[in-house]
Amino acid sequence: MAARSQVLSLYKQILRESEKFPSYNIKTYALRRTKDAFRANKSVKDAQTISSFMKKGNEDLNLIKRQVSSLLMYVSTEWLLFSRPI
Amino acid sequence: MDVQATTPLDPRVNDAMMPYHVNFYGNPHSRTHAYGWEAESAVENARQQVASLIGADPREIIFTSGATESNNISVKGVARFYKSRKKHVITTQTEHKCVLDSCRALEAEGFDVTYLPVKTNGMIDMEQLEAAMRPDTSLVSVMAINNEIGVRQPIEEIGELCRSRKVFFHTDAAQAVGKIPVDVNAMKIDLMSISGHKIYGPKGIGALYLRRRPRVRVEAIQSGGGQERGVRSGTVPAPLVVGLGAACEISQQEMEYDHRRISMLADRLINTVCNAIPHVIRNGDPHHTYPGCVNLSFAYVEGESLLMALKDIALSSGSACTSASLEPSYVLRAIGADEDLAHSSIRFGIGRFTTEEEIDFTAQKCISHVTRLREMSPLWEMIQEGIDLKNIKWSQH
Repeated sequence: MAARSQVLSLYKQILRESEKFPSYNIKTYALRRTKDAFRANKSVKDAQTISSFMKKGNEDLNLIKRQVSSLLMYVSTEWLLFSRPI
Repeated sequence: MDVQATTPLDPRVNDAMMPYHVNFYGNPHSRTHAYGWEAESAVENARQQVASLIGADPREIIFTSGATESNNISVKGVARFYKSRKKHVITTQTEHKCVLDSCRALEAEGFDVTYLPVKTNGMIDMEQLEAAMRPDTSLVSVMAINNEIGVRQPIEEIGELCRSRKVFFHTDAAQAVGKIPVDVNAMKIDLMSISGHKIYGPKGIGALYLRRRPRVRVEAIQSGGGQERGVRSGTVPAPLVVGLGAACEISQQEMEYDHRRISMLADRLINTVCNAIPHVIRNGDPHHTYPGCVNLSFAYVEGESLLMALKDIALSSGSACTSASLEPSYVLRAIGADEDLAHSSIRFGIGRFTTEEEIDFTAQKCISHVTRLREMSPLWEMIQEGIDLKNIKWSQH
């Protein structure tokens, strides 16, 4: 069974990684969804459920890492159409 | 704030699609090598994901290019297949353009089409629908959630009525699937259109649900290799299909969470705006509605000027398809909104990625610009002086 410290460490890693999303909407969603999911399940005691959540959490962490690194490659600060002020 | 037009791609969907863009690029119809098998198994997995979201059998899912194509296949396909015995189709005046245009095409081929009016709350009248049915009616097409005013039609009741009259029932559920629970068996739906990019999936992909028992048959529109059971020929785009499948699975898991949050944000927007300024009318029934689509009319303000003033917010006065025209929305005219109110309406779309800050910013901007525009408006001045605008005889020049 995953110890409390492992759960908290995963939680912090996901939040830290989500902070890197270049899109404001995606970033706020990822942070909010992570906090809500961990909070909703904070009183889960069943060892099997916890380990399945931990597995899912680790998969999600890897997904966020992959997406953050690829999305960062295409960050554009300028709109193609409105490069001049309107 | 325009999520009825399209939604951003969910990073989870993107993550599911990437391998099929770069690694497993096989043609799912290639039966002679591993590239093809790999893509085929991914497509079949996605078919299962879509089917599970709507309570269908995977064999009833046909992948198309989007809800427009699904609607075309449904409306034209059913009518044409059964044309030897049945020549009548029923739809409503507030449908999406692609359904209405398909019906126009059918009329040109000699079919009879009834365009049912809707009540002032945007709902159809079940008695009128029953009265419009004829022995030669082959199809009833009513959209589940309206794309402009968010009204939810009584799909279950319509399904029940159509089944008892042995008429096929098609629903355009592009705005409904993944957002509210949809079960094709409980709702007795025979054909249903699904869109990928309205549920945080990729653009260019959609699906058609086609019931097997009792069997619904359609005449294909596109001729070709007979893919998708001959209903929709053309190579199935495996990466897009995988994206649609992932989007469906995520919406199924997140539906309750998203719905709770979207309802909260919608209430916040409506309350802030309506408490701050008078003469704001919400279009569509306030109860039979999807909260993520809020359509407000600001009386005595010209909608396009308001949209110009709010140009740093992605809003729209109606559907994206008609946003190039200054004509007031036909949906609003169908619900009997006065011409001036139809002109002054704005659609606020709230989705999975909308934040509280965006809602507050939009509400504040809206309030300040409506107040400013009204101060400039002679009509507003007359209202303040107690003149009833409806009784004025405007001279024509």
